[in-house]
Formats: sequence, structure tokens, C-alpha cells
Amino acid sequence: MTASHDLAARALAVGYGERTVIDDLDLQVPGGKMTAIVGANACGKSTLLRAMSRLLKPQRGQVLLDGREVHSMRSKELARTLGLLPQSPLAPEGITVADLVGRGRHPHQKLMARWSRDDDKAVADALEATDTVALAERPIDELSGGQRQRVWIVMALAQDTDVLLLDEPTTFLDVAHQVEVLDLLTDLNRDRGTTIVMVLHDLNMAARYAHHLVAMVEGRIHASGTPADVLNAQTVRAVFGMDAVIIDDPTSGAPLMLPLGRHHVAEREH
Amino acid sequence: MRAATTTPALADLLSRARSRRALRRRIVMTALGLGIVAAFLVSLMVGHTFYGLDDVWNVILGHEVEGATFTVGTLRLPRATLAVAAGAAFGIAGVTFQTLLRNPLASPDIVGISSGASAAAVFAIVVLGLSGAAVSVIAVVAGLAVALLVYLLAYRHGVAGTRLILIGIGIAAMLNAVVSYLLERSSQGEYQEALRWLAGSLNGASWTATVPVVLALGVLVPVLMSHSRHLGLMQMGDDVAAALGVRVEVARIVLVVAAVALVAIATSAAGPIAFVAFLSGPIAARLVGPHGSLLVPSALTGALLVVVADFAAQWLFGTRYPVGVVTGVLGAPFLIYLLVSINRKGGSL
Repeated sequence: MTASHDLAARALAVGYGERTVIDDLDLQVPGGKMTAIVGANACGKSTLLRAMSRLLKPQRGQVLLDGREVHSMRSKELARTLGLLPQSPLAPEGITVADLVGRGRHPHQKLMARWSRDDDKAVADALEATDTVALAERPIDELSGGQRQRVWIVMALAQDTDVLLLDEPTTFLDVAHQVEVLDLLTDLNRDRGTTIVMVLHDLNMAARYAHHLVAMVEGRIHASGTPADVLNAQTVRAVFGMDAVIIDDPTSGAPLMLPLGRHHVAEREH
Repeated sequence: MRAATTTPALADLLSRARSRRALRRRIVMTALGLGIVAAFLVSLMVGHTFYGLDDVWNVILGHEVEGATFTVGTLRLPRATLAVAAGAAFGIAGVTFQTLLRNPLASPDIVGISSGASAAAVFAIVVLGLSGAAVSVIAVVAGLAVALLVYLLAYRHGVAGTRLILIGIGIAAMLNAVVSYLLERSSQGEYQEALRWLAGSLNGASWTATVPVVLALGVLVPVLMSHSRHLGLMQMGDDVAAALGVRVEVARIVLVVAAVALVAIATSAAGPIAFVAFLSGPIAARLVGPHGSLLVPSALTGALLVVVADFAAQWLFGTRYPVGVVTGVLGAPFLIYLLVSINRKGGSL
């Protein structure tokens, strides 16, 4: 489970129908690290994630996992290495947490094979590793938004992939649950060496939790590197079209972005 | 995150919960199966003339029994067999659609596929003068064409369930008008015949009509069942299913084509028996609970529903009604109940 994988996009172009959202994009995902993709709405960050997990077929270029094109890999084989949690997954009504988590085992099960003891063990492992044992027999419908998002991550955990892509895993969560989810992903990265790529809305959360930050503008990568290298006033201007002050986060040492609006800014220069 | 030291207790707990649910499934399915056998036998025994179980059994085994060989063997047996087969076909196809489109209203009898098959069957019989397998083939082609038409009309940056259902209801109404028109124009515009093609009826069922349905079940039920796990994963959205290794487009085409073919073949034999496709899945879901595949439980529910409804339609009232009248009367209140509860909490089985 510590095998490091090489995920990369080469001269990638993707879009919907005639419309090209991303054109000629190159990206190298650092193995065993946490990468956050940030950018303004509709800059193509979700599209990029969908192409990387082959939910979208590239118009040109390729996505490579360990040098092999993901679009030519067998579906289940890919699903044993690369997992994806989309933005709004649907929970079948009445399903319990344990059963939902168990569905993550699909890529490891043979066609028509019965549910095995190993599958129960994998589900139990995933629940215990994430402190969700108490939820196991609860129906998903009864959970809060934060618990539910946690359970989806537990399902991705049961899928047991070395690479995990997440599309805005903290959207719609209050700040405490955002931190909880990102802490959980950090645990996963540290304890299992899972390579994590997540699209995040919140620049400061991204800077705090990611090793590697990718800032996108209009379907291109504007800047990428460590948060300290990437997150500066110029990047914020280019990505969000907004002035900002960057300070050191006193709690984590990561850069912290303070937006400058038209009001409530005491000593704005010029 | 805690280190993954599995306490075997939790895995045991999970597997116990799993076998408890499996037991409930087995009990429900066994009960449904026994119910079907019982209703099947009763409908062979009871009629204007009563035959005992031993007579019925001898006829099934192919022995010559005075009177019973004709009444049971030629009249009642194909009818009861068609009831079970058509009910199973409607039940399994209905729940496939409902699960695939994540909406109980999206069953083939509501979104116009049954009506399409029905209109094509009437056209083939009344206008073209065809019968037997040719009618089934035309019904299947028409069912697929209507499914495609509804899909294309509902397509706008992807298919939203509600739009597809509303367009399907509209198409169904148009096709029912076509059926009425064709029956009106033809010499067969009699009441019984009209009811068969608008509400479904087993009157005059023969082996010629029954055998294609049984064969279709034999081929297509295994096809659907081999995709039942994919169907379960697709309930969580196409993206989740694809991320778990399901080839979503392929699975969807296989499931839709198999389900449409079952509905169309059953319709060409028995007419669009009202609400069976729509009712079976939700009833089965309430019986077996929210876990595991609903395909087989729904097929059993549909079969039991049609056998019992046909028996009731024939013998419980003064007049012998077509089966579709009884299932229609059962289905309508359930439709209202479902609409109210969907309104309250958003739809699912």
C-alpha cells in the first residue's frame, strides 16, 4: 500500500462537446504527497480532475498512470489503483453506512463472486481507521452532512487505492467539518502513503493542508509548487482577479491569504 | 486515523448483520415463490368446472385426463403460465428502469414503452395481419424506438429524470390514442380486445403467445442479473460507479435493451398489464429492505401480482374482467401515495 504511483497529464485537452475547457495542459502529480488544485469558478479544475480519473475522454493528449494511458486500462484494474470521490455522490435510500462502504470493494471482487470474509475485514478496517464504527449500522439518510462526507471518504478508503482524487470534498461543510475531513485525508496520506489530489475552494485550507499547490486560470496552470512558492499576491490577482495580503499563518507556518475588498480595509496602499 | 488493527469483533458484527439481511431476503423470496406456486395451482384448479390437484398434476405431467386435458391443459395452463411469465418480465424490467433512472415513476409502463409496444402489436395484428413471433419482434423494435425517442426528446445537456418522465407520459398518452384509433378502425374494435391493448388482458392466452415470453425470460433475466451489481453501483451516480470500475455506458445500454425487450415481448402477448412494472419494484423494496439487488424479488412480486390479480379478475366479481382492470385499480392509489411521499422527501424506491 506504500507503492508510489506516477500520475501525469501530457498536452491534455478536454472539454464538453465542441467546447474545449482545458487546452494543452501538462501536470505532474507528486507521488505520496497531497496536491490541491485551486482556481476561480469555472476555471476547469473539476474538468481536469474528471479527465485524470477518466470520466472525461481527452480531446487531445493523454493522462498517464505509471506511464500507461488511463483510457486504455481496464476499468477494474484502474479502479484498484486510482479512486475518485465526485462532488455530489448519491446515497441510495435506506442504505447503511457499512453497506455503502462495502460498495467500495467492487474493484476487488470477482464477477458474480459472493461477498467474502476479506471484504468484511476491509470494511471493518476502513471504519476503525476513521472512527466511524459507531455509524456502521446507521442509515446514511440519518447522518449529518459532515458525517456523510466522512462516510464517502471511508468508502474510498475501502476501495484501497494508492491514489485518491477528490472533487471539492469540503464544500457545504462548516469549518469544523472541513478541518475534520482534511485531517482525515492527511492521516490517510501519512499512514498509508496515499497520493491525494483534491480540488479545493478555500485557498487557505489548500495552503495549509497541501504539499503541492496547483493554481489554474481559464483552463491553464498558472503556477504550481509548494504553497510558499505559489501563494503570493500576484497569484491571487491572476487567479481570482482580487488584491490580497499574504501573511504567515501563525498556527501552521503556511501562507495565509487575506483578501482586500473595497471596504473594511484600514491601510490599503495607494 | 488509528492504525488498522482489526478487532475481529467488528468484522464479525458486520458479517452477522449481513447474514441477518440475507436471511430476510431468503424468507421473503421463498414466501413469494410459494405464493406463486399456490396461486398458479389454484388458478389451474378453479373455474366453471373444478378439478382436483391430482387431475391438474396429471395434466401437467402430460397424462390424458377426461375433460381436464382440454380445460386445464389448453385453456388454463397457458393462461396461468403467461400470467407468471408476463408478471415476472414486467416486474424485473420495471425495477431495472426505476433503479437506473433513480425514480419510481420512471417505469416502462409510465414512460410510454409499454404503450409503444402495445401500439406496434395492434398495428401488426390489425393492419398487417401478422401473428406470433413476428408481432413480438415488431413490439420489441417499437419499444426500443420509443425508449430512444423519449431519451432523445428528454436530452438537453444530459438527461434529467423528471423531464424524461414527463415526456414519457406525453408519448404514452399519444400512443394510447393510436391504439384506440387502430382498434376503432378495425373490425376487432370490440370491448375485450380494446381492453387487452390498453390495460392488458390474459383472455384467450395460448401457448403461441406464452412461449416467446418464457424464452425471453430465460435469456434476458440472466443478462440483467449479471449486471445487478453494476446497477447497484450506478445508484450512487455515474461518476461513483465509473470510479469503482463499472463501464457505465455499456452497462446502461445492456440493461435498457434487455428491460425494453422483456416489456415489449410480454406486452405483445398480454398487453400492457396496467401498473405491474410500476408496482413490483417498490413493493419488493418494502419487503426485502434496502439492501441487495431488487431484480429477482421484483420479478417474483410481479409474477405473484399478475397471477392473483387475474384470478381475482375472473372469479371474484360477477363479470370476468381483464387482469389489467384489477392491477389498474390497485396501482392508482399506490401512484398517488408515491407522488405524495416523493413530494415530501425526494424520490427513490
